[in-house]
Amino acid sequence: MAEIVSLAEAIADAVHDGDTVAMEGFTHLIPHAAGREVIRQGRRGLTLVRMTPDVIYDQMIGAGCARKLVFSWGGNPGVGSLHRFRDAVEHSWPGPLELEEHSHAGMANRYVAGASGLPFAVLRGYSGTGLADHGANIAEIICPFTGDTLTAVAALRPDVTVIHAQRADRAGNVQFWGITGVQKEAVLAAARSVVTVEEIVDVLDPRPGAVVLPAWVVGFVALAPGGAHPSYALGYSVRDNDFYLAWDAISRDRETFGRWLDEHVSGRGDR
Amino acid sequence: MTGEGGYSADEIMTVTAARALREGMTCFVGIGRPSEAANLARATHAPNLVLIYESGTIGAKPGWLPLSIGDGILAETADAVVSVPEIFNYWLQPGRIDIGFLGAAQIDRFGNINTTVIGADYAEPKVRLPGAGGAPEIAACCREVIVIVRQNRRTFLERVDFVTSLGFGDGPGSRQYLGLPGAGPRKIITDLGVLEPDPATCELVLTAVYPGVAVPEVRERTGWDLRVAADLGEIPPPRPSELAVLRGLLAAGPAAAEAPR
Repeated sequence: MAEIVSLAEAIADAVHDGDTVAMEGFTHLIPHAAGREVIRQGRRGLTLVRMTPDVIYDQMIGAGCARKLVFSWGGNPGVGSLHRFRDAVEHSWPGPLELEEHSHAGMANRYVAGASGLPFAVLRGYSGTGLADHGANIAEIICPFTGDTLTAVAALRPDVTVIHAQRADRAGNVQFWGITGVQKEAVLAAARSVVTVEEIVDVLDPRPGAVVLPAWVVGFVALAPGGAHPSYALGYSVRDNDFYLAWDAISRDRETFGRWLDEHVSGRGDR
Repeated sequence: MTGEGGYSADEIMTVTAARALREGMTCFVGIGRPSEAANLARATHAPNLVLIYESGTIGAKPGWLPLSIGDGILAETADAVVSVPEIFNYWLQPGRIDIGFLGAAQIDRFGNINTTVIGADYAEPKVRLPGAGGAPEIAACCREVIVIVRQNRRTFLERVDFVTSLGFGDGPGSRQYLGLPGAGPRKIITDLGVLEPDPATCELVLTAVYPGVAVPEVRERTGWDLRVAADLGEIPPPRPSELAVLRGLLAAGPAAAEAPR
């Protein structure tokens, strides 16, 4: 049953050194405040899982939290490279980063398998690509009914999934809407979960197209207004595209990135 | 940069891509130039073009060009917003979508695309690129694929360093052997002209050039011995109306659309 705690308490309780951590949100509702809190608490040796590592994992990789990355698209959307990610892969800075890469369809189905309590999911994908040769957790499978050759992908079962949502009620039921991505599957696939929210309300009135996660599948709920920034929460904020553009210069250089980390993360609470 | 025809190479490339989209088609759109071209088509000759972004927004009708595939304007204007597993499993995988629109860091003579690593050694890449995203399944499952990419010898190679998304594999029969439902790349639209696969050999062949582009220049900027179609066409320059709409889209943004509040 969900506990409502501070963000610092939620991360301290749920995210441990060496964990496999999925912080999801497909461009929308990215749990940035939680990512900064993980950096602030100095977690190390994490296996970071996310379809689009994006700026949130660029920050965590550059800050030295990650040992391994499981992902499907590692760019700054609409802008270009993730420079901290590239520096880790190309020059092992601040440490080596092991990669396991997939396609979006593969990653999405791996979460579906995890949420479904199955060891793998099946899709038509990866055929003829180099990903099938290099990637772990991808294998051919023969359909027992038609004889077709399909692709199996192993279930993802994170130790902890972290997401950001628009709202929760005081019992810890969570509601989010707009682009809902793969967050439902990522929470249901994980052993533990943390949900940061824009607001905590008395009653969750129904919203068209909203996903509701009942309190009994949620671990921790923490209030973090604006906690998706520079991503956004539909109905509460807009995507800060200027920040994504500015991140290119901030992250390109190790020293500039270090200064950004000192000024905007270390020693500053996200409440 | 604007050339002597009053338009830039990027502009004629985007306009040519937009013209390849027909009214009423469904189109799986990547961000950047594919999104520019698809939105130009929707704002000109194909108002009922259905734009589908991998964020799960189906029938998005943005009034300006989004920076990311998940900008709020896409969800707010969509006919339906579905989850990420659903967009890939229910919508892309069964072959419901007419056109997949992709970019490339490298492309080879059989239309295979690399967006993963530059360099022969995957473990020690010269350049780490973003990776696959939705592209492998877009390339496999859309009925047809259109690629938009600037043409030069670093990009147009005999063989790509890594096959992220399959075009025609090793040549005729590869896609059928692998059981891929879609037909593969139909047009490669570059800043010099258009390449299309030879129906017999699957090799990309130059089929049309822009005004003022000479064949030797195209061959010079291709990393294999590029063949030229016997009936090489010339692509009409952008019409003033197409350029006006494209430049308007590029200039527009949330501030312009919403002001004054």
